[in-house]
Amino acid sequence: MIDILIDIILLSFLAIIAIAIIRTRSLLAVIMLFSIFSLLSAGLFMVLDASDVAFTEAAVGAGISTVLMLATLALTKSYEEKPSSHRPWIPLLVVSVTAAFLVYGTIDMPPFGDPNAPAHQHVAPRYIEQGAKETGVPNLVTAVLASYRGFDTLGEVTVVFTAGIGVLLLLGGRQRRKKKKEKR
Amino acid sequence: MMEFILGHYNYWIVIFLMMLGFYTVISRGNMVKKIVGLNIFQVSVFLLYISIGNVSGGTTPIIAEGFTRYSNPLPHVLILTAIVVGVATTALGLALVVRIKEAYGTIEEDEIHDQDQSL
Repeated sequence: MIDILIDIILLSFLAIIAIAIIRTRSLLAVIMLFSIFSLLSAGLFMVLDASDVAFTEAAVGAGISTVLMLATLALTKSYEEKPSSHRPWIPLLVVSVTAAFLVYGTIDMPPFGDPNAPAHQHVAPRYIEQGAKETGVPNLVTAVLASYRGFDTLGEVTVVFTAGIGVLLLLGGRQRRKKKKEKR
Repeated sequence: MMEFILGHYNYWIVIFLMMLGFYTVISRGNMVKKIVGLNIFQVSVFLLYISIGNVSGGTTPIIAEGFTRYSNPLPHVLILTAIVVGVATTALGLALVVRIKEAYGTIEEDEIHDQDQSL
């Protein structure tokens, strides 16, 4: 019962912070709020029994993402968002329609935490019963990540590598371009 | 009725967060804010997956004496991968923002649009 209470309180906090992010103009404050958002979601992952995800979210989501965003602010030297000149009605309409469809989709979903939900019937019982025996790792998340679904990690590395090359190509020319400008 | 609301509260709040992120992406002109919105959307998708993987009365999927019921480890694995990929795509998006600032001198969508029109 206490679990559900903490869950509800943390989710409500997340919603409040997200609204604050939309309403805040100062980009520095937005990024700090996003960092808090990430850290709170890491706490929520812990409550929902996903400790590995919580570690990763706290380190990568709240840590590295924030540093990257702050670095972008420092490079672009823009700290204040300009007030939007557009009317918000069309985005609001699009968002409400999408939300209505998504809520309609959740109505026949199994209730939260139901042990008989279809999601827990397929491969998960095998991982839980055989995983420790077959891989020798008591932490099932590690067992599935590194052993049963090792190819996922290969795909992940490919994406990270591609993104790294993209960032290098986009920003690697900065020094050269600056020098060229100075020569002119 | 109360049971139905409690059983779906997680999903609905997650959808609310998703829509807040989506709204930030489509209604704000500032590029950094758009990327923050994209990240909010992303985190809410993570929360949806972890909520689906949760089993009431279960524990973290680490095999130990005295526990028989564990949460589903599969969504946890997928989301671990997704978090790392998410940071990689965020980094690429932010690099694009830096490059746009260099080329146009601004990161506001309206001003970039005006400059393109006046060419």
